[in-house]
Amino acid sequence: MIHVENITKSFDETEVLRGISAIFKKGKTNLIIGQSGSGKTVFLKSLLGLFDTDTGSIKFEKKVLNDMTDKERAILRQEMGMVFQGSALFDSMSVEENIMFPMQMFTKEIDSVIKDKANIAIKRVNLINANHKLTDEISGGMKKRVAIARAIIMNPKYLFCDEPNSGLDPKTSILIDNLIQEITNEYNITTVINTHDMNSVMEIGENIIFIQNGQKEWEGSNQEIFKTDNKAVTDFVYSSNLFKKVRKLYL
Amino acid sequence: MLRNTFGKFTKWRILKQLILKDIDTLIIGSIGIVSFISFFVGGVVAIQTALNLENPLLPKNLIGFATRQSVILEFAPTFISVIMAGKVGSYITSSLGTMRVTEQIDALEVMGINTYNYLIFPKIISLSLYPLIICVSMFLGIFGGYIACVYGGFSSSADFIEGIQMDFIPFHVGYAFIKTLFFSFILATIPSYHGYFMTGGALEVGKASTVSFVWTSVIIILVNYLITQLLLT
Repeated sequence: MIHVENITKSFDETEVLRGISAIFKKGKTNLIIGQSGSGKTVFLKSLLGLFDTDTGSIKFEKKVLNDMTDKERAILRQEMGMVFQGSALFDSMSVEENIMFPMQMFTKEIDSVIKDKANIAIKRVNLINANHKLTDEISGGMKKRVAIARAIIMNPKYLFCDEPNSGLDPKTSILIDNLIQEITNEYNITTVINTHDMNSVMEIGENIIFIQNGQKEWEGSNQEIFKTDNKAVTDFVYSSNLFKKVRKLYL
Repeated sequence: MLRNTFGKFTKWRILKQLILKDIDTLIIGSIGIVSFISFFVGGVVAIQTALNLENPLLPKNLIGFATRQSVILEFAPTFISVIMAGKVGSYITSSLGTMRVTEQIDALEVMGINTYNYLIFPKIISLSLYPLIICVSMFLGIFGGYIACVYGGFSSSADFIEGIQMDFIPFHVGYAFIKTLFFSFILATIPSYHGYFMTGGALEVGKASTVSFVWTSVIIILVNYLITQLLLT
């Protein structure tokens, strides 16, 4: 579980996060949604400790991220997995090497054992015949799968995903969403996903936080988002006519 | 940056591979261009010297002497380092910059890796072999001068060889290698700084490479001046 209490973050004169508090529950897919420029990415990077917040605190179970030394942060980060928007795969390595990398860095296992574990992760994310390919030889959807496999190989407690569906077709997006949700339940991890993909919201949004202008505007589940009267949320989520009709039908 | 580069070391097994890879890219990959430039510039230095020795009273062995002095004191250590700032420096800046833009550095940080040590330390270590390149450059520069001079009919082989042995001060070679060691550190760190801390997109990667080349060259020239003042005057 991750507790976020009243965090703020400014860059020069611009206040990007304005007192956000939230709880991200274990074993659930927690979604952060909001318009582009609303502060989602800064919020996610603050959770990862890539940005230091100005005020407030971020607690991983009982460990307070803000009070940690660099060494303690490095240890905590070994419990985290991250899927970046552009996958952030190491382009000098093959698919298999990318997935093996965290284990090679942080465990004393021999390469054959690491390879076996990597193959389990590869199988888990349904990657076929891609082990020895370089990352620029595979499709966007496959890259996301590799990124997910790399993120889960160390059995993380926390999984963070930044726009995991960006650049993917709707069908692949849903497959990736479902994969993330299955992994969350299977490994019982705290998953935080940064997205503005409405299909993801409807499909896997067990706990959704809507951010607007750096503030938490609304919080609820994918069931509750249909019923909410919050204008900012409805304007954002039901911006297309199709979604408006779907909502009408649902209600 | 430097404090972090030498702090919290990456596993030796991984670091060793990175160092070997960087030696291959930065050192071995540069030998070809350095050899080519050194050979021909050495030749040009010899021809230019020969053409300026119009006075028949001046001995022909001065061509070998001038070529040796130019190549050992300035051309090989300084001129080649400025060329390397373009070749190796741009490579380091653009590769680190691309890693920054594509969030690969963020990915390493999220994993809890000391990215400074992982990315920059192997480059510093591999470039500590840079004096070997300068050795090759010195040899080929003088050899190029010899070929141009002898086969161009400017002096005899004996005169040229006598010239390169004349008034030889071994410390000059030491001075050149001391300079080279400083330059190798500059070649590894300044481009790394510009690549690691760059912000923006693909266009900024190009800009960072250019800025990195300019600054590396400027610092090399300034350090060259300072070391020459300190060691030779």
